[in-house]
Amino acid sequence: MEEIWNGVLRAIELIATLNPEVLEITARSLLISFSAVFVAAAIGIPLGALIELREFGGKKALVNLIQTLYGLPTVTVGLLVFLILSRSGPLGNLELLYTPTGMVIGQMILVSPILIGLTISALKGVSPQIRDTAVSLGADESQLIRAIIKEARFAVIAAVLIGFGRALSEVGVAMMIGGNIRDYTRVLTTSIALQTSMGNLEMSMALGIILIGISMILNLSLSRFQGR
Amino acid sequence: MQTTLKISMLLMALVVTGAALSSADEGRLKIATTSSLYDTGLLETIVDKFTEENGATVQIPSHGSTGIAIAAGQKGDVDLLIVHDKAREVKFIQDGDGLERRCFAYNYFYIVGPADDPAEIKGLNASEAFQSIMENGLNQPDQVKFITRGDQSGTHSKEQSLWKAAGYNYSEVNISGPWYVDAGSPMGATLIMANEKSAYTLTDMSTFMAYKGNLTLVPLIEGGDELLNVYSAIAINPEKHPGVNCRLANDFIDYLVSAECQEIIGTYGQEQYGKPLFFKGEDSCDVMGCSAEECVVPTQAGCAEA
Repeated sequence: MEEIWNGVLRAIELIATLNPEVLEITARSLLISFSAVFVAAAIGIPLGALIELREFGGKKALVNLIQTLYGLPTVTVGLLVFLILSRSGPLGNLELLYTPTGMVIGQMILVSPILIGLTISALKGVSPQIRDTAVSLGADESQLIRAIIKEARFAVIAAVLIGFGRALSEVGVAMMIGGNIRDYTRVLTTSIALQTSMGNLEMSMALGIILIGISMILNLSLSRFQGR
Repeated sequence: MQTTLKISMLLMALVVTGAALSSADEGRLKIATTSSLYDTGLLETIVDKFTEENGATVQIPSHGSTGIAIAAGQKGDVDLLIVHDKAREVKFIQDGDGLERRCFAYNYFYIVGPADDPAEIKGLNASEAFQSIMENGLNQPDQVKFITRGDQSGTHSKEQSLWKAAGYNYSEVNISGPWYVDAGSPMGATLIMANEKSAYTLTDMSTFMAYKGNLTLVPLIEGGDELLNVYSAIAINPEKHPGVNCRLANDFIDYLVSAECQEIIGTYGQEQYGKPLFFKGEDSCDVMGCSAEECVVPTQAGCAEA
């Protein structure tokens, strides 16, 4: 129990004194996960809209598959991307293993199903009348997609934030692809794992509290946003 | 009334499940250890043999690194510590957390690296090799890199003492440039990273042998007193941590140093890797640098609780 309380105090101390290492690790975590979610959203949201709008054979199976992949084990994604980016893998010559870019790719794969799937769910909620109106006003497919995404924007933004939360809190990809290299690929979650293995339980707890704090700020901003 | 009844029934169910899940602690030994003994399978082999003869239940809940193993010991969450970091073991006992240090096996650390050996360390001793890696790394960080565990494990402790022996201050080495890569990872992951980056690293012999099949790295320096790696067992002190299973911990230590178990240790891995992964501690007290007390058979430590 002592560690939890001391961890809280340590977390406050680290934040209050603007501990440079913690700030750097936190900034790196945010930047990598933000990049991953940005790319995943840029692809996943339009893709989700297309899947929702178009009718085609096997659509139900595809949606089922996407939803199943919400729970993709992070270590499995890490292993998959590792094998692809490894020196002896197909993209080995790009030298992306143990780099922040490699981590972005891994996290992007991890959160893409969530973004695609939750976009599909979000757009399902848009009243068919709005679709019909848009089409009757002569909207082509891309205009229609934009119109219904705009209509379901709160749910879509929620999807993005959920994806961001997953990317920020995962450790499998970050560890296997990033390699937890200090000053380069070390992020909050891999630091937590490292501090725990070192037996520095208070420091580990403090970093965990910082991570929870970030998630809380994200959620608060989401609910404010939705409240409007 | 009904709500109270429901709640009490729920509580009862919880208690019953809890009791069923956590069987009596009397015959249960919990060991915290280091990854090299666990990942190579040696400790589980020994545990299987011990439980077969003794009828006890043995669990190894902590097998990451020496750091977390010692933390588990300091909190009294385990009954026995089996690690390889003399300085921290001695401190652990001085702090009153552990009873006695018992040396039971050893092997050597290897300095491994790419076969073309860009820092030309082959044939040097360990501290000369570290000097050469650092000098070449500072001059050409693209060619010569060193990956450190960076996780306060037993191997990382050894590495720090080797930098000191080579005449450097570790805290300066640690931040001296991009040639020194802090992986903050377990041994296996560190070896894979060194392999990918064609870098040098320090590894215990047994983990290297177990990973060798997937690596292009080669051992460049594989012996010498500087690279000695001694494994020892310490029962947790029941005076400081009442409730630990000291008796069974001592039984296990006695088994570790028994002729039967020493035979297992000294031959383990022979078939799979062509040579054993560990050397038995029996009659090798001097080689291991352990005191006579640390090699006494059987254990003398008492189990009196406070």
